Amino acid sequence: MTPPAPSAAVEVRGLIRSFGAVRAVDGLDLRIQPATVLALLGPNGAGKTTTVEVCEGFQRPDAGVVRVLGLDPIADGAALRPRIGVMPQGGGAYPGVRAAEMLGLVAVCAARPLDVGWLLDVLGLTGVARVPYKRLSGGQQQRLALACALVGRPEVVFLDEPTAGMDPQARRLVWDIIRRLCADGVSVLFTTHLMEEAEALADQVVIIDHGRVVARGSPAELTSAGTERQLRFGARPGLELGPLCTALPEGCRASEPRPGGYLVEGLIDPQVMATVTAWCAQQGVFAEDLRVSRRSLEDVFLELTGRELRP
Amino acid sequence: MTNFPPGTFAPAPGQGRLSRMLLTQARTEFVLTLRNGEQVLLTLLIPLGMLVGLTMLNVVPVPSPRVNNITPRILALAVMSTAFTGQAIALGFDRRYGVLKRLAATALPRWSLVVGRMLAVLGVVLVQLVVLGAVALLLGWHPEPAGVAPAALLILAGTAAFGALGVLLGGTLRAEVVLAVANTVWLVLVVAGGIVLSVHALPGPFAAIVTALPSGALAEGLNTTLVTSVTPWDTLGVLLAWAAGAAVLAARTLRLS
Repeated sequence: MTPPAPSAAVEVRGLIRSFGAVRAVDGLDLRIQPATVLALLGPNGAGKTTTVEVCEGFQRPDAGVVRVLGLDPIADGAALRPRIGVMPQGGGAYPGVRAAEMLGLVAVCAARPLDVGWLLDVLGLTGVARVPYKRLSGGQQQRLALACALVGRPEVVFLDEPTAGMDPQARRLVWDIIRRLCADGVSVLFTTHLMEEAEALADQVVIIDHGRVVARGSPAELTSAGTERQLRFGARPGLELGPLCTALPEGCRASEPRPGGYLVEGLIDPQVMATVTAWCAQQGVFAEDLRVSRRSLEDVFLELTGRELRP
Repeated sequence: MTNFPPGTFAPAPGQGRLSRMLLTQARTEFVLTLRNGEQVLLTLLIPLGMLVGLTMLNVVPVPSPRVNNITPRILALAVMSTAFTGQAIALGFDRRYGVLKRLAATALPRWSLVVGRMLAVLGVVLVQLVVLGAVALLLGWHPEPAGVAPAALLILAGTAAFGALGVLLGGTLRAEVVLAVANTVWLVLVVAGGIVLSVHALPGPFAAIVTALPSGALAEGLNTTLVTSVTPWDTLGVLLAWAAGAAVLAARTLRLS
Protein backbone atom coordinates (compact mmCIF):
# COMPACT_ATOMS: atom_id res chain seq x y z
CA MET A 1 0.00 0.00 0.00
CA THR A 2 1.42 3.37 -0.94
CA PRO A 3 0.96 6.16 1.56
CA PRO A 4 -1.36 8.92 0.41
CA ALA A 5 0.38 11.85 -1.24
CA PRO A 6 1.15 14.51 1.38
CA SER A 7 -1.53 17.16 1.13
CA ALA A 8 -0.61 20.81 0.96
CA ALA A 9 -0.17 22.76 4.18
CA VAL A 10 -1.96 25.69 2.59
CA GLU A 11 -4.04 25.59 -0.53
CA VAL A 12 -5.80 28.59 -2.05
CA ARG A 13 -7.71 28.28 -5.31
CA GLY A 14 -9.46 31.10 -7.16
CA LEU A 15 -9.60 33.35 -4.11
CA ILE A 16 -11.59 36.55 -4.59
CA ARG A 17 -12.08 39.13 -1.88
CA SER A 18 -13.55 42.57 -2.50
CA PHE A 19 -13.96 45.66 -0.35
CA GLY A 20 -16.77 47.65 -1.91
CA ALA A 21 -15.81 48.22 -5.52
CA VAL A 22 -12.16 47.28 -4.97
CA ARG A 23 -11.04 43.72 -5.62
CA ALA A 24 -8.27 43.29 -3.08
CA VAL A 25 -7.66 39.71 -4.15
CA ASP A 26 -8.70 38.69 -7.63
CA GLY A 27 -8.50 35.00 -8.46
CA LEU A 28 -5.44 34.03 -6.47
CA ASP A 29 -3.95 30.51 -6.32
CA LEU A 30 -1.36 29.39 -3.78
CA ARG A 31 -0.03 26.05 -2.66
CA ILE A 32 2.46 25.52 0.13
CA GLN A 33 3.95 22.07 0.53
CA PRO A 34 4.53 20.92 4.10
CA ALA A 35 7.77 22.13 5.69
CA THR A 36 8.46 24.71 3.02
CA VAL A 37 8.58 28.50 3.06
CA LEU A 38 6.52 30.69 0.77
CA ALA A 39 7.22 34.42 0.48
CA LEU A 40 4.36 36.59 -0.66
CA LEU A 41 5.80 39.68 -2.28
CA GLY A 42 4.01 42.71 -3.58
CA PRO A 43 3.74 46.48 -3.35
CA ASN A 44 1.53 48.16 -0.74
CA GLY A 45 -2.10 47.38 -1.38
CA ALA A 46 -1.34 44.37 -3.58
CA GLY A 47 -3.55 42.11 -1.46
CA LYS A 48 -0.91 40.40 0.69
CA THR A 49 -2.51 41.05 4.07
CA THR A 50 -5.98 40.23 2.76
CA THR A 51 -4.71 36.90 1.45
CA VAL A 52 -3.04 36.06 4.76
CA GLU A 53 -6.10 37.10 6.77
CA VAL A 54 -8.34 34.88 4.67
CA CYS A 55 -6.01 31.96 5.39
CA GLU A 56 -6.14 32.82 9.11
CA GLY A 57 -9.96 32.90 9.09
CA PHE A 58 -10.21 36.63 9.82
CA GLN A 59 -11.83 37.40 6.48
CA ARG A 60 -14.41 35.46 4.53
CA PRO A 61 -13.59 34.83 0.86
CA ASP A 62 -16.16 36.13 -1.64
CA ALA A 63 -15.27 33.21 -3.90
CA GLY A 64 -12.71 30.45 -4.10
CA VAL A 65 -11.49 27.65 -1.90
CA VAL A 66 -9.09 28.08 1.01
CA ARG A 67 -7.74 25.13 2.96
CA VAL A 68 -5.13 25.20 5.70
CA LEU A 69 -4.01 21.74 6.82
CA GLY A 70 -7.03 20.52 4.88
CA LEU A 71 -9.42 22.61 6.99
CA ASP A 72 -11.67 25.55 6.12
CA PRO A 73 -10.29 28.51 8.14
CA ILE A 74 -13.78 29.77 9.02
CA ALA A 75 -16.02 26.70 9.19
CA ASP A 76 -13.32 24.63 10.92
CA GLY A 77 -11.74 27.60 12.71
CA ALA A 78 -11.95 26.11 16.18
CA ALA A 79 -10.11 22.97 15.05
CA LEU A 80 -7.59 24.88 12.96
CA ARG A 81 -6.57 27.72 15.29
CA PRO A 82 -4.67 25.55 17.80
CA ARG A 83 -2.56 24.27 14.89
CA ILE A 84 -1.51 27.58 13.36
CA GLY A 85 0.65 30.46 14.55
CA VAL A 86 -0.28 33.97 13.54
CA MET A 87 1.76 37.16 13.56
CA PRO A 88 -0.62 39.91 12.49
CA GLN A 89 0.76 43.03 10.84
CA GLY A 90 1.63 45.51 13.57
CA GLY A 91 1.50 42.86 16.29
CA GLY A 92 -1.33 42.90 18.81
CA ALA A 93 -1.39 43.25 22.60
CA TYR A 94 -3.16 45.21 25.34
CA PRO A 95 -1.54 48.68 25.48
CA GLY A 96 -0.74 48.30 29.17
CA VAL A 97 0.21 44.62 29.27
CA ARG A 98 3.76 43.60 30.12
CA ALA A 99 5.61 41.67 27.44
CA ALA A 100 5.90 38.53 29.59
CA GLU A 101 2.23 38.67 30.63
CA MET A 102 1.10 38.83 27.02
CA LEU A 103 3.25 35.93 25.91
CA GLY A 104 2.15 34.00 28.99
CA LEU A 105 -1.51 34.55 28.10
CA VAL A 106 -1.01 33.31 24.54
CA ALA A 107 1.05 30.37 25.84
CA VAL A 108 -1.77 29.26 28.16
CA CYS A 109 -3.98 28.85 25.10
CA ALA A 110 -1.71 26.04 23.84
CA ALA A 111 -1.48 22.49 25.12
CA ARG A 112 2.31 22.16 24.96
CA PRO A 113 3.73 25.68 24.64
CA LEU A 114 7.38 26.57 24.30
CA ASP A 115 8.96 27.85 27.50
CA VAL A 116 7.98 31.50 27.83
CA GLY A 117 11.16 32.57 29.60
CA TRP A 118 13.34 30.82 27.02
CA LEU A 119 11.44 32.37 24.13
CA LEU A 120 11.68 35.88 25.61
CA ASP A 121 15.39 35.31 26.07
CA VAL A 122 15.96 34.04 22.52
CA LEU A 123 14.15 37.06 21.11
CA GLY A 124 16.06 39.48 23.29
CA LEU A 125 13.01 40.50 25.30
CA THR A 126 14.08 39.40 28.78
CA GLY A 127 15.22 42.92 29.64
CA VAL A 128 11.81 44.36 28.78
CA ALA A 129 9.70 41.47 30.12
CA ARG A 130 8.01 43.82 32.61
CA VAL A 131 7.69 46.82 30.28
CA PRO A 132 4.15 47.69 29.10
CA TYR A 133 3.53 46.93 25.44
CA LYS A 134 2.91 50.54 24.43
CA ARG A 135 6.35 51.52 25.73
CA LEU A 136 8.20 48.85 23.72
CA SER A 137 10.00 49.95 20.57
CA GLY A 138 8.53 48.97 17.22
CA GLY A 139 11.12 46.23 16.81
CA GLN A 140 10.45 44.88 20.31
CA GLN A 141 6.71 44.82 19.63
CA GLN A 142 7.42 42.89 16.43
CA ARG A 143 9.58 40.37 18.27
CA LEU A 144 6.88 39.88 20.90
CA ALA A 145 4.34 39.32 18.13
CA LEU A 146 6.64 36.71 16.59
CA ALA A 147 7.00 35.02 19.97
CA CYS A 148 3.19 34.89 20.26
CA ALA A 149 3.00 33.25 16.84
CA LEU A 150 5.54 30.55 17.76
CA VAL A 151 4.79 29.79 21.40
CA GLY A 152 2.02 27.25 20.69
CA ARG A 153 4.30 24.99 18.57
CA PRO A 154 2.15 25.36 15.45
CA GLU A 155 2.30 23.30 12.26
CA VAL A 156 1.81 26.31 10.00
CA VAL A 157 2.80 29.91 10.71
CA PHE A 158 1.57 33.05 8.99
CA LEU A 159 3.90 36.00 9.41
CA ASP A 160 2.67 39.31 8.01
CA GLU A 161 5.74 41.49 7.46
CA PRO A 162 7.68 39.82 10.28
CA THR A 163 10.79 41.98 9.96
CA ALA A 164 9.13 45.38 9.44
CA GLY A 165 10.71 47.91 11.79
CA MET A 166 13.50 45.57 12.91
CA ASP A 167 17.18 46.40 13.00
CA PRO A 168 19.54 44.21 10.92
CA GLN A 169 20.51 42.01 13.90
CA ALA A 170 16.90 41.24 14.75
CA ARG A 171 16.15 40.60 11.08
CA ARG A 172 18.97 38.02 10.92
CA LEU A 173 17.57 36.37 14.03
CA VAL A 174 14.12 36.13 12.43
CA TRP A 175 15.68 34.61 9.31
CA ASP A 176 17.45 32.07 11.47
CA ILE A 177 14.17 31.20 13.20
CA ILE A 178 12.32 30.82 9.90
CA ARG A 179 15.03 28.45 8.63
CA ARG A 180 14.81 26.41 11.82
CA LEU A 181 11.00 26.31 11.61
CA CYS A 182 11.17 24.93 8.11
CA ALA A 183 13.86 22.40 8.99
CA ASP A 184 11.74 21.26 11.95
CA GLY A 185 8.78 20.59 9.67
CA VAL A 186 6.78 23.80 10.08
CA SER A 187 5.25 25.36 6.96
CA VAL A 188 5.72 29.11 6.72
CA LEU A 189 3.88 31.79 4.77
CA PHE A 190 5.37 35.25 5.16
CA THR A 191 4.87 38.57 3.44
CA THR A 192 7.63 41.05 2.84
CA HIS A 193 8.78 44.05 0.84
CA LEU A 194 12.39 42.92 1.04
CA MET A 195 13.62 41.02 -2.01
CA GLU A 196 16.74 40.03 -0.11
CA GLU A 197 14.56 38.38 2.51
CA ALA A 198 12.52 36.44 -0.02
CA GLU A 199 15.66 35.32 -1.87
CA ALA A 200 17.34 34.21 1.35
CA LEU A 201 14.48 32.28 2.88
CA ALA A 202 11.81 31.19 0.47
CA ASP A 203 11.48 27.91 -1.38
CA GLN A 204 8.75 29.56 -3.37
CA VAL A 205 8.23 33.23 -4.12
CA VAL A 206 4.84 34.50 -5.23
CA ILE A 207 4.69 38.07 -6.49
CA ILE A 208 1.24 39.60 -6.46
CA ASP A 209 -0.11 42.92 -7.63
CA HIS A 210 -3.67 44.20 -7.70
CA GLY A 211 -4.72 40.94 -6.10
CA ARG A 212 -3.35 38.74 -8.88
CA VAL A 213 -0.28 36.55 -9.12
CA VAL A 214 2.13 38.17 -11.56
CA ALA A 215 4.99 35.71 -11.11
CA ARG A 216 5.84 32.65 -9.09
CA GLY A 217 8.68 30.21 -8.73
CA SER A 218 11.80 29.59 -6.74
CA PRO A 219 14.06 32.63 -6.38
CA ALA A 220 16.44 30.97 -8.88
CA GLU A 221 13.68 30.39 -11.42
CA LEU A 222 12.41 33.93 -11.08
CA THR A 223 15.80 35.48 -11.64
CA SER A 224 16.65 33.01 -14.42
CA ALA A 225 19.93 32.09 -12.86
CA GLY A 226 20.80 29.84 -15.84
CA THR A 227 22.05 31.03 -19.19
CA GLU A 228 19.18 33.42 -19.82
CA ARG A 229 20.13 37.00 -19.61
CA GLN A 230 18.44 40.20 -20.44
CA LEU A 231 19.11 43.40 -22.27
CA ARG A 232 17.32 46.52 -21.27
CA PHE A 233 17.14 50.02 -22.62
CA GLY A 234 14.97 53.09 -22.50
CA ALA A 235 13.51 54.88 -25.51
CA ARG A 236 10.40 56.68 -26.70
CA PRO A 237 7.29 54.72 -25.58
CA GLY A 238 5.18 52.76 -28.05
CA LEU A 239 7.83 51.76 -30.62
CA GLU A 240 6.84 49.11 -33.16
CA LEU A 241 8.37 45.86 -31.83
CA GLY A 242 7.30 43.64 -34.76
CA PRO A 243 10.41 44.13 -36.95
CA LEU A 244 12.70 43.62 -33.96
CA CYS A 245 11.03 40.35 -32.97
CA THR A 246 11.40 39.11 -36.53
CA ALA A 247 15.06 40.07 -36.69
CA LEU A 248 16.00 38.51 -33.33
CA PRO A 249 17.27 34.93 -33.27
CA GLU A 250 14.93 32.21 -32.09
CA GLY A 251 14.49 32.11 -28.29
CA CYS A 252 14.84 35.85 -27.85
CA ARG A 253 11.80 37.89 -26.89
CA ALA A 254 11.34 41.65 -27.01
CA SER A 255 8.75 43.49 -24.96
CA GLU A 256 7.90 46.85 -23.45
CA PRO A 257 6.98 45.93 -19.85
CA ARG A 258 6.36 49.59 -19.00
CA PRO A 259 6.04 52.60 -21.26
CA GLY A 260 9.44 53.58 -22.58
CA GLY A 261 11.21 50.64 -20.91
CA TYR A 262 12.22 47.91 -23.35
CA LEU A 263 13.37 44.43 -22.53
CA VAL A 264 14.97 41.74 -24.64
CA GLU A 265 15.20 38.35 -22.94
CA GLY A 266 17.09 35.30 -24.05
CA LEU A 267 20.69 34.44 -24.75
CA ILE A 268 22.12 37.90 -25.31
CA ASP A 269 25.17 37.74 -27.56
CA PRO A 270 26.94 40.43 -29.62
CA GLN A 271 24.76 39.56 -32.59
CA VAL A 272 21.59 40.24 -30.58
CA MET A 273 23.08 43.52 -29.39
CA ALA A 274 23.80 44.53 -33.03
CA THR A 275 20.27 43.58 -34.07
CA VAL A 276 18.80 45.74 -31.32
CA THR A 277 20.92 48.78 -32.09
CA ALA A 278 20.24 48.39 -35.82
CA TRP A 279 16.52 48.34 -35.07
CA CYS A 280 16.87 51.47 -32.95
CA ALA A 281 18.66 53.21 -35.81
CA GLN A 282 15.89 52.14 -38.14
CA GLN A 283 13.30 53.60 -35.76
CA GLY A 284 15.35 56.77 -35.42
CA VAL A 285 15.69 56.50 -31.63
CA PHE A 286 18.66 56.51 -29.33
CA ALA A 287 18.72 53.63 -26.84
CA GLU A 288 19.40 55.04 -23.39
CA ASP A 289 20.68 53.13 -20.36
CA LEU A 290 21.44 50.13 -22.51
CA ARG A 291 22.59 47.31 -20.26
CA VAL A 292 22.86 43.55 -20.16
CA SER A 293 22.30 41.81 -16.85
CA ARG A 294 21.11 38.84 -15.00
CA ARG A 295 17.91 39.73 -13.25
CA SER A 296 17.75 40.21 -9.51
CA LEU A 297 14.51 39.45 -7.74
CA GLU A 298 14.14 43.17 -7.27
CA ASP A 299 14.33 43.68 -11.04
CA VAL A 300 11.68 41.05 -11.51
CA PHE A 301 9.53 42.72 -8.90
CA LEU A 302 9.87 46.23 -10.29
CA GLU A 303 9.35 45.10 -13.87
CA LEU A 304 6.18 43.32 -12.92
CA THR A 305 4.73 45.87 -10.57
CA GLY A 306 6.08 49.13 -11.98
CA ARG A 307 8.34 51.72 -10.44
CA GLU A 308 5.87 54.36 -9.43
CA LEU A 309 5.21 54.88 -5.73
CA ARG A 310 2.18 53.25 -4.20
CA PRO A 311 0.12 55.06 -1.60
CA MET B 1 22.87 27.07 8.96
CA THR B 2 21.03 27.99 12.15
CA ASN B 3 21.90 28.53 15.78
CA PHE B 4 18.89 26.58 17.06
CA PRO B 5 19.22 22.86 17.74
CA PRO B 6 17.10 20.59 15.53
CA GLY B 7 13.62 20.06 16.88
CA THR B 8 13.48 23.43 18.65
CA PHE B 9 10.26 24.32 16.87
CA ALA B 10 9.03 20.79 16.12
CA PRO B 11 5.24 21.06 15.90
CA ALA B 12 3.25 19.94 18.95
CA PRO B 13 -0.01 21.85 18.58
CA GLY B 14 -3.04 21.61 20.82
CA GLN B 15 -5.59 23.62 22.73
CA GLY B 16 -4.90 24.69 26.30
CA ARG B 17 -7.30 23.92 29.13
CA LEU B 18 -10.43 26.03 28.64
CA SER B 19 -10.85 27.08 32.27
CA ARG B 20 -7.20 28.09 32.46
CA MET B 21 -7.37 30.14 29.25
CA LEU B 22 -10.53 31.92 30.35
CA LEU B 23 -9.26 32.67 33.86
CA THR B 24 -5.87 33.85 32.59
CA GLN B 25 -7.55 36.21 30.12
CA ALA B 26 -9.94 37.51 32.81
CA ARG B 27 -7.14 37.91 35.35
CA THR B 28 -4.96 39.75 32.84
CA GLU B 29 -7.74 42.20 32.03
CA PHE B 30 -8.66 42.60 35.71
CA VAL B 31 -5.06 43.40 36.64
CA LEU B 32 -4.71 45.79 33.69
CA THR B 33 -7.80 47.72 34.84
CA LEU B 34 -6.48 48.13 38.36
CA ARG B 35 -3.05 49.12 37.01
CA ASN B 36 -4.50 51.84 34.79
CA GLY B 37 -4.66 55.21 36.58
CA GLU B 38 -7.59 56.57 34.58
CA GLN B 39 -9.58 53.40 35.20
CA VAL B 40 -8.91 53.59 38.94
CA LEU B 41 -9.99 57.23 38.94
CA LEU B 42 -13.20 56.33 37.11
CA THR B 43 -14.07 53.14 38.97
CA LEU B 44 -12.89 53.87 42.51
CA LEU B 45 -11.78 57.43 43.23
CA ILE B 46 -14.73 59.31 41.71
CA PRO B 47 -17.35 57.03 43.33
CA LEU B 48 -15.48 57.25 46.65
CA GLY B 49 -15.31 61.03 46.46
CA MET B 50 -18.98 61.24 45.61
CA LEU B 51 -19.93 58.83 48.39
CA VAL B 52 -18.12 60.88 51.01
CA GLY B 53 -19.02 64.27 49.51
CA LEU B 54 -22.72 63.64 49.03
CA THR B 55 -22.99 62.08 52.48
CA MET B 56 -21.21 64.90 54.32
CA LEU B 57 -22.41 67.88 52.27
CA ASN B 58 -26.02 68.82 51.80
CA VAL B 59 -25.76 69.59 48.06
CA VAL B 60 -28.58 67.34 46.84
CA PRO B 61 -31.85 66.82 48.69
CA VAL B 62 -31.75 63.32 50.21
CA PRO B 63 -33.85 61.84 53.05
CA SER B 64 -32.09 61.13 56.33
CA PRO B 65 -29.97 59.24 57.16
CA ARG B 66 -28.18 60.50 54.08
CA VAL B 67 -25.64 57.67 53.85
CA ASN B 68 -28.40 55.03 53.57
CA ASN B 69 -29.87 56.81 50.55
CA ILE B 70 -26.59 57.84 48.93
CA THR B 71 -24.75 54.48 49.08
CA PRO B 72 -27.10 52.48 46.82
CA ARG B 73 -26.82 55.22 44.17
CA ILE B 74 -23.03 55.22 44.42
CA LEU B 75 -23.02 51.43 43.99
CA ALA B 76 -25.09 51.90 40.82
CA LEU B 77 -22.59 54.54 39.67
CA ALA B 78 -19.71 52.14 40.34
CA VAL B 79 -21.29 49.38 38.27
CA MET B 80 -22.00 51.77 35.40
CA SER B 81 -18.48 53.23 35.49
CA THR B 82 -16.80 49.83 35.30
CA ALA B 83 -19.10 47.77 33.13
CA PHE B 84 -20.03 50.49 30.65
CA THR B 85 -17.62 53.42 30.50
CA GLY B 86 -14.40 51.74 31.59
CA GLN B 87 -15.02 48.61 29.59
CA ALA B 88 -16.11 50.42 26.41
CA ILE B 89 -12.98 52.58 26.46
CA ALA B 90 -10.70 49.61 27.17
CA LEU B 91 -12.33 47.58 24.42
CA GLY B 92 -12.05 50.45 21.94
CA PHE B 93 -8.32 50.79 22.57
CA ASP B 94 -7.73 47.04 22.79
CA ARG B 95 -9.22 46.74 19.31
CA ARG B 96 -6.98 49.56 18.13
CA TYR B 97 -3.95 47.73 19.53
CA GLY B 98 -4.94 44.48 17.83
CA VAL B 99 -5.66 42.57 21.05
CA LEU B 100 -8.88 40.99 19.85
CA LYS B 101 -7.31 39.79 16.64
CA ARG B 102 -4.31 38.51 18.58
CA LEU B 103 -6.52 36.52 20.96
CA ALA B 104 -8.89 35.42 18.21
CA ALA B 105 -5.89 33.85 16.45
CA THR B 106 -5.17 31.59 19.43
CA ALA B 107 -7.05 28.47 20.51
CA LEU B 108 -9.21 30.65 22.78
CA PRO B 109 -12.84 30.21 21.66
CA ARG B 110 -14.39 33.32 20.14
CA TRP B 111 -17.09 33.60 22.81
CA SER B 112 -14.48 33.82 25.51
CA LEU B 113 -13.20 37.09 24.06
CA VAL B 114 -16.33 38.67 25.55
CA VAL B 115 -16.93 36.27 28.45
CA GLY B 116 -13.38 36.80 29.67
CA ARG B 117 -13.94 40.57 29.64
CA MET B 118 -17.18 40.15 31.59
CA LEU B 119 -15.42 38.06 34.25
CA ALA B 120 -12.78 40.78 34.56
CA VAL B 121 -15.53 43.40 34.92
CA LEU B 122 -17.23 41.32 37.62
CA GLY B 123 -13.94 41.12 39.46
CA VAL B 124 -13.55 44.91 39.40
CA VAL B 125 -17.17 45.38 40.53
CA LEU B 126 -16.44 43.06 43.46
CA VAL B 127 -13.45 45.20 44.46
CA GLN B 128 -15.62 48.31 44.20
CA LEU B 129 -18.35 46.77 46.38
CA VAL B 130 -15.83 45.87 49.04
CA VAL B 131 -14.10 49.27 49.07
CA LEU B 132 -17.22 51.42 48.74
CA GLY B 133 -19.21 49.21 51.13
CA ALA B 134 -16.49 49.42 53.77
CA VAL B 135 -16.26 53.21 53.52
CA ALA B 136 -20.06 53.51 53.61
CA LEU B 137 -20.21 51.35 56.75
CA LEU B 138 -17.61 53.63 58.33
CA LEU B 139 -19.88 56.55 57.44
CA GLY B 140 -22.71 54.80 59.28
CA TRP B 141 -24.46 52.95 56.45
CA HIS B 142 -27.15 50.48 57.60
CA PRO B 143 -28.47 48.52 54.65
CA GLU B 144 -31.64 46.47 55.20
CA PRO B 145 -30.33 42.90 55.71
CA ALA B 146 -33.26 41.43 53.78
CA GLY B 147 -32.41 43.64 50.83
CA VAL B 148 -28.82 42.47 50.39
CA ALA B 149 -29.55 39.34 48.35
CA PRO B 150 -31.91 41.12 45.91
CA ALA B 151 -29.31 43.90 45.69
CA ALA B 152 -26.68 41.37 44.65
CA LEU B 153 -29.07 40.13 41.96
CA LEU B 154 -29.67 43.69 40.75
CA ILE B 155 -25.94 44.35 40.64
CA LEU B 156 -25.40 41.22 38.53
CA ALA B 157 -28.21 42.24 36.16
CA GLY B 158 -26.89 45.81 36.06
CA THR B 159 -23.38 44.59 35.28
CA ALA B 160 -24.80 42.46 32.47
CA ALA B 161 -26.84 45.36 31.05
CA PHE B 162 -24.07 47.96 31.24
CA GLY B 163 -21.49 45.38 30.18
CA ALA B 164 -23.42 44.48 27.04
CA LEU B 165 -23.92 48.19 26.27
CA GLY B 166 -20.19 48.75 26.82
CA VAL B 167 -19.30 45.96 24.39
CA LEU B 168 -21.83 47.36 21.91
CA LEU B 169 -20.21 50.81 22.06
CA GLY B 170 -16.57 49.77 22.44
CA GLY B 171 -16.82 46.99 19.89
CA THR B 172 -18.00 49.05 16.95
CA LEU B 173 -16.60 52.58 16.89
CA ARG B 174 -13.11 54.08 16.62
CA ALA B 175 -11.22 54.29 19.92
CA GLU B 176 -11.32 58.12 20.15
CA VAL B 177 -15.04 58.19 19.40
CA VAL B 178 -15.64 55.48 22.01
CA LEU B 179 -13.71 57.55 24.55
CA ALA B 180 -15.78 60.68 23.85
CA VAL B 181 -19.16 58.93 23.73
CA ALA B 182 -18.54 56.74 26.78
CA ASN B 183 -17.52 59.72 28.92
CA THR B 184 -20.37 61.91 27.71
CA VAL B 185 -22.97 59.22 28.33
CA TRP B 186 -21.48 58.61 31.77
CA LEU B 187 -21.73 62.30 32.69
CA VAL B 188 -25.27 62.65 31.34
CA LEU B 189 -26.47 59.55 33.18
CA VAL B 190 -24.80 60.58 36.45
CA VAL B 191 -26.51 63.97 36.38
CA ALA B 192 -29.81 63.25 34.64
CA GLY B 193 -30.02 59.45 34.40
CA GLY B 194 -31.33 58.73 37.86
CA ILE B 195 -27.97 58.13 39.53
CA VAL B 196 -27.40 61.17 41.74
CA LEU B 197 -30.88 62.66 41.59
CA SER B 198 -33.74 60.30 42.35
CA VAL B 199 -36.22 59.86 39.52
CA HIS B 200 -38.81 61.22 41.93
CA ALA B 201 -37.01 64.57 41.82
CA LEU B 202 -37.40 64.75 38.03
CA PRO B 203 -40.38 66.24 36.13
CA GLY B 204 -43.15 63.72 35.15
CA PRO B 205 -42.51 62.49 31.58
CA PHE B 206 -38.77 62.76 32.12
CA ALA B 207 -39.03 60.55 35.19
CA ALA B 208 -40.78 57.82 33.18
CA ILE B 209 -37.97 57.81 30.62
CA VAL B 210 -35.25 57.73 33.26
CA THR B 211 -36.94 54.85 35.11
CA ALA B 212 -36.63 52.81 31.92
CA LEU B 213 -32.91 53.59 31.55
CA PRO B 214 -30.45 51.07 32.99
CA SER B 215 -28.97 53.81 35.18
CA GLY B 216 -32.32 54.85 36.62
CA ALA B 217 -33.46 51.25 37.01
CA LEU B 218 -30.29 50.14 38.82
CA ALA B 219 -30.09 53.18 41.13
CA GLU B 220 -33.79 53.11 42.04
CA GLY B 221 -33.82 49.34 42.38
CA LEU B 222 -30.80 49.30 44.71
CA ASN B 223 -32.21 52.21 46.68
CA THR B 224 -35.59 50.53 47.12
CA THR B 225 -34.24 47.17 48.19
CA LEU B 226 -31.46 48.42 50.45
CA VAL B 227 -33.59 51.12 52.15
CA THR B 228 -36.98 49.37 52.35
CA SER B 229 -36.04 45.69 51.67
CA VAL B 230 -38.82 45.52 49.07
CA THR B 231 -37.59 43.60 46.00
CA PRO B 232 -38.16 45.78 42.91
CA TRP B 233 -38.89 43.11 40.32
CA ASP B 234 -39.84 45.71 37.71
CA THR B 235 -36.39 47.32 37.73
CA LEU B 236 -34.78 43.88 37.55
CA GLY B 237 -36.89 43.26 34.43
CA VAL B 238 -35.76 46.57 32.91
CA LEU B 239 -32.10 45.66 33.48
CA LEU B 240 -32.47 42.16 32.04
CA ALA B 241 -34.26 43.55 28.97
CA TRP B 242 -31.38 46.00 28.37
CA ALA B 243 -28.86 43.20 28.89
CA ALA B 244 -30.57 40.88 26.41
CA GLY B 245 -31.19 43.55 23.77
CA ALA B 246 -27.67 44.99 23.94
CA ALA B 247 -26.08 41.53 24.00
CA VAL B 248 -27.89 40.46 20.83
CA LEU B 249 -26.90 43.68 19.07
CA ALA B 250 -23.33 43.56 20.36
CA ALA B 251 -22.85 39.96 19.21
CA ARG B 252 -23.80 41.05 15.69
CA THR B 253 -21.76 44.22 15.56
CA LEU B 254 -18.56 43.41 17.49
CA ARG B 255 -15.55 44.03 15.26
CA LEU B 256 -12.14 42.59 16.02
CA SER B 257 -10.23 45.64 14.84
